Amino acid sequence: MALLTRLAEGDRPALDFTLDGKPAIGLLGDTLLTAVLTCSEHLRGSDFSAEPRAGFCLMGACQDCWVRLGDGRRVRACSTLLEAGQQVIREPGRQL
Amino acid sequence: MKPVAIIGAGPAGIRAAQTLVAHGVYPILLDEAARGGGQIYRQQPANFKRSPAKLYGFEAHKASALHQTFDALREQLDYRPDTLVWNAEAGLLDTLHEGRVARVEYASVIVATGATDRILPAPGWTLPGVYSLGAAQIALKFQGCAIGERVVFAGSGPLLYLVAYQYARAGAKVLAVLDSSPLSAQARALPGLLAQPATLAKGLYYRAWLTSHGIAVHQGASLSRIDGERRVQSLKWRNAKGEQALDCDAVAFAHGLRSETQLADLLGCEFSWSHLNRAWLPQRDPAGRSSVPGVYLAGDGAGIMGADAAEIAGERAALALLEDLGYLVDPQRCAQLEQSLERIGRFRQGLERAFVLPTDWAAHAADDLMICRCEEVSAGEIRQVVGEGHWEINRVKAHCRVGMGRCQGRMCGAAAAEIIASESGRPVGEIGRMRAQAPVKPLPFGLEIEP
Repeated sequence: MALLTRLAEGDRPALDFTLDGKPAIGLLGDTLLTAVLTCSEHLRGSDFSAEPRAGFCLMGACQDCWVRLGDGRRVRACSTLLEAGQQVIREPGRQL
Repeated sequence: MKPVAIIGAGPAGIRAAQTLVAHGVYPILLDEAARGGGQIYRQQPANFKRSPAKLYGFEAHKASALHQTFDALREQLDYRPDTLVWNAEAGLLDTLHEGRVARVEYASVIVATGATDRILPAPGWTLPGVYSLGAAQIALKFQGCAIGERVVFAGSGPLLYLVAYQYARAGAKVLAVLDSSPLSAQARALPGLLAQPATLAKGLYYRAWLTSHGIAVHQGASLSRIDGERRVQSLKWRNAKGEQALDCDAVAFAHGLRSETQLADLLGCEFSWSHLNRAWLPQRDPAGRSSVPGVYLAGDGAGIMGADAAEIAGERAALALLEDLGYLVDPQRCAQLEQSLERIGRFRQGLERAFVLPTDWAAHAADDLMICRCEEVSAGEIRQVVGEGHWEINRVKAHCRVGMGRCQGRMCGAAAAEIIASESGRPVGEIGRMRAQAPVKPLPFGLEIEP
């Protein structure tokens, strides 16, 4: 199930990427947050309870939407645009 | 000669840049976003097709004018998008751009860093599907998405009705608007709001549109809790009549805005308590001069006054900077701009009365309410530190880590201050100011340093 719902701008070229190793599809101009949350329900697990998180502010302030990319970089999903072929990895988080 | 720098390409930063360029100055404009406009006039990605009217509604002409001004300036300034200023000190700014750090030396700087939502959390606010009001608007404006299929908007402030209206217009199912301000507060605020009749009319229009389209608008209604298994499934809210439940899959909430003051702090600006903003703000004179020579402040980053005021303050601050550098500026224009700012200031006082911050929020916050979402610090843990005799916010932070996480208190700072004040029996203006630290946002490891 998706968390976000597309309401407009649906006629953009599709971009293939992988989400936790499985094939997924986003659109050109999507942020990683949009691409991931229009085909799933969360972005990461929290650092203290491993509860799912899906971002909060969408403007680069809350730092709650980090995802890992295949090249090892950790990026803010709300302010990073999706690129074709990207490997997006969601970290499960940690529990105390 | 060292250049003039502007931090932030929102309404304040763009108007400041325009003013400097008009006087023959070639400024550096540093902006964290990929495209100019700030949050309020944020531009959608270049391959999106919606019209300005679709994106910005009644503000479309202002947004377009600002974007056009900016486009016309592009060759006349050193514009650096995707550039975070993560540290600032006398004469130096540390920046990050595409994984590379660099230093910018400046002669004078205009700080126009904008604002984020002011958050008073409710239980369940970390569940997927819960976003700030600003976030809900960005999802739609910047990505053409709604935060869910059945959305509830809650809190207070001008954004509340605006975003609910924008969602409904775009075809989202808006279940309800829960306005925490009582109708009586809005009636009392009317004299102040009449200082800007057009803005007042727009606010009334949004609300009337929502009710006439069958969307429930409740006043004096507060969010009790948000529930769900791994995502939002329902919420509870209460008003004078008692508690009610509502099934939904998304919630957006906030109580107005808070200024991004970290860089002003690192630059050494003096701060004072603002009753109106219920926050510590960098001091500035009516022209935008801070307490530090060569440092100027404009826009919501120096105190919440909205986008119109930000454009005016950006121009005024640039004129002050020019004047201080020995340029000839038009004194009549300066006086005019200051008068406009004063008029908007009166309207702001009305707005704060209309959308009062629920001052009893802290008293009602349960001990297990999570205040800090980065470090998962609860209201009870903060209260325990206060119970040990601490009341100064930086000390409380040292003891329980509230505000010490990756967001550096942007999301939890206002709420933490309310809890500490309430628990220690002090006015919220007398528990100290949470200090900023560099880097103001997390930096990746393995940075390259610009030669």
